[in-house]
Amino acid sequence: MKITQEIKDNTVIMTLDGELDASSSVLLDEELSAPEIMKYSKILVDCQNLHYISSAGLGVFISHLQRFEDAQIKLIFYNMQEKVRNVFEILGLDLLMTIVSDYEEARTIANE
Amino acid sequence: MNNSIRVNCTKKNLKLIRDFVTEYLHALALTDILMNQIVLAVDEICANLIIHANHEDPDKYILLAIYKQPGMIKFEISDEGIAFQRAAYKEPNIQENIRLGKKGGVGIALVNRIMDKVEFKTEGPQNTCILYKKI
Repeated sequence: MKITQEIKDNTVIMTLDGELDASSSVLLDEELSAPEIMKYSKILVDCQNLHYISSAGLGVFISHLQRFEDAQIKLIFYNMQEKVRNVFEILGLDLLMTIVSDYEEARTIANE
Repeated sequence: MNNSIRVNCTKKNLKLIRDFVTEYLHALALTDILMNQIVLAVDEICANLIIHANHEDPDKYILLAIYKQPGMIKFEISDEGIAFQRAAYKEPNIQENIRLGKKGGVGIALVNRIMDKVEFKTEGPQNTCILYKKI
C-alpha cells in the first residue's frame, strides 16, 4: 500500500495505491491521525488505484469521520473502482460518506 | 489444482490467502464484484482468526480449503485458537460506530451479508468456519 499526499488550496489530496487490508490499514490510520491534517478543510481521497478494501480499511475511515465532521473538514472519495464502492454499499457507507465520480466533482462539492 | 493453503498467523499472510482464493476461483469467470465479495469474506474470517483467535502468534496456523460443488462454493477455514462466540455476536450499528470513532466490528457483518450460509463449529481443539456461496 502506498499513500501519497499533495496539498493544494487548503485541500489535502490523498492518493491510495494498492490494497487496504488488516495489515496495511495501519499506515492509513497513521496518515489520518497526523495532527497536521486538521489544518486543512478538505480531504479528497483519490481511489483510482485502490484495488481492495477490507473491514479494517473501512474501519479506519469510520473511526475518523466524526472527528473530521466536528472540525468541519470535508472528506470526499473519488475515482472509486466499482468493486471497491460495492464494499462501501454492502454496509450502507455510501449513504454516510461522500463518494463522487471524479476529481472535478470532488472539487465542486468540496467548495460548496 | 491444490484446493488448500496453510499459513501461519501473521497479517502479512492475508495477501497470500486472497491471491490463493482469486487464483482458485479464476476458472469460474465470476464478475469482478462477485469475485471481490467472495475474496473479502474469506479475508475477513482469516483476519479475525489471525488477529483475535490467535493473537498474531507466528507459531500458530490457519488452514483454508475450498470445495467446488454444483452451483456452490464452500470454504472451510480451521484453526486451534479461541473459538468465535456466535451467541455473543451483535450486528454493528454503523452510525453508532461513526459517532464513537470505532475502528472494528464490521467484518463479520460483511461476511454475513455476502455469504449464503456461515457456520462455526468446534471439535476438540479445532475450530472451523464454513462459508457457502451460491454461484
